[in-house]
Amino acid sequence: MKVDVCKCLHCGGCVGSCPKNAIFLNDFVLEFSDKCIKCGICVKLCPVNALAME
Amino acid sequence: MKTYECDVVVVGAGPGGSMAAKFCAQGGLDTILIEKKAEIGAPLRCAEGVSKKWLEEVGIEPNPIWIRGDMKGAIIKSTKGTTFQLDESKAGSEVGYVLERHLFDKALAKDAAEAGAKIMMRTSATDVIRNAEGKVAGVKAICFGEEIEIRAKCVVAADGYESQVGRWGGIDTTLDLNDIDSCIQYRMCNIDVAPDYCEFVIGSVAPGGYVWIFPKGDGVANVGIGVMGRLCKGKADAKYYLDKFIAEDHRFKNGQILEIMGGFVSTCPGLDCAVDDNLVLVGDAARIIDPITGGGICHACRTGMYAGKVLTECAKTGDFSKKALMAYEKMWRGRMEDKLVRNWMAKEKLASLDDETIDQMIVFIKEANIGEVNVYNLLKAVKEKFPKLVEGFEDLI
Repeated sequence: MKVDVCKCLHCGGCVGSCPKNAIFLNDFVLEFSDKCIKCGICVKLCPVNALAME
Repeated sequence: MKTYECDVVVVGAGPGGSMAAKFCAQGGLDTILIEKKAEIGAPLRCAEGVSKKWLEEVGIEPNPIWIRGDMKGAIIKSTKGTTFQLDESKAGSEVGYVLERHLFDKALAKDAAEAGAKIMMRTSATDVIRNAEGKVAGVKAICFGEEIEIRAKCVVAADGYESQVGRWGGIDTTLDLNDIDSCIQYRMCNIDVAPDYCEFVIGSVAPGGYVWIFPKGDGVANVGIGVMGRLCKGKADAKYYLDKFIAEDHRFKNGQILEIMGGFVSTCPGLDCAVDDNLVLVGDAARIIDPITGGGICHACRTGMYAGKVLTECAKTGDFSKKALMAYEKMWRGRMEDKLVRNWMAKEKLASLDDETIDQMIVFIKEANIGEVNVYNLLKAVKEKFPKLVEGFEDLI
């Protein structure tokens, strides 16, 4: 997953919405683990469109 | 690796975590409260509006330090512009304060510390520890860059919407897209809004959710929006609809933004079960939030308090098994479940209505003489006039 760090508000919304618990928010850094199945839910929900599929 | 031992480790120093830590410590338990951020209560992820009644129930004395505004009432508005003003005399239980969350959260954490809880800042849980039987036995964490273990008889997951601790511990906290609201909020200044009314705008202005304007005094307010997850299209929907709302409302014509924040809320009636062996979930982490308003502070404080009380009892026998922790489950369900389920179903219906119907509903509510105005009485009135709107959950009204 690609994170646009200029847009991300570090709100953690994607973390709590990820069906695989594959995202971790470390202050201002979003980390995606290999559990990510590229379902796109985080992309769909992000309030500022900071996420995209790679 | 540095290892800490305690009776209870609480993950997250929001209102739910601090209340749980306070009641555990008060009960004589050796309690550690960890917070991953560098400041409790900031950055903000909240609209900061609360009702008043519940504060007494959880033993919180209203304090001017964290009350930003004492509201006279609320304004409910349709996208078409029809407004219904609710005054405190008629809506005592639903009207309340606008908080300063960064001060409120610190005040609750201070209460926990004064009760004897130890607070570890900049400490981020990364997983649960499991004992030889495979049961939860604490958390792994990074404390100021150093890997540590906090071994505990019970873990309280108060990690908010992110709700990861529960999932590491085996409780599925995944939400349906219908039960997620994607939110964004601006702290705006130089705007012309009522200083002591919280405003809610419903309809196509915010698909499946609503726009809120919660005044913070001096021409400043939290102006935000929630959009139902199912209706998001991956195009910064929350920001798009909020910007559109602001651009079309003359009250914001000279407005400027001081702060932008995001944050999600769940709008389901709570988890099927918020406990497991040696593990309790509270507040947003347990998805216990009012599905209509998205308000979670009072639920977090209540569930935090219940968890602390139940763990105090469990410590007497040393039994923190799921069976023993079901006392917590029974407590929060007894107090809140009916209302959560009813408001969850009402939310689903509300999300399906077009602007015309919402407008008619507000006109009707305005004209109907409802004694005390709260969600329950509103639904009761709506049930008589628009029975179709409450189809499927009439029994709860």
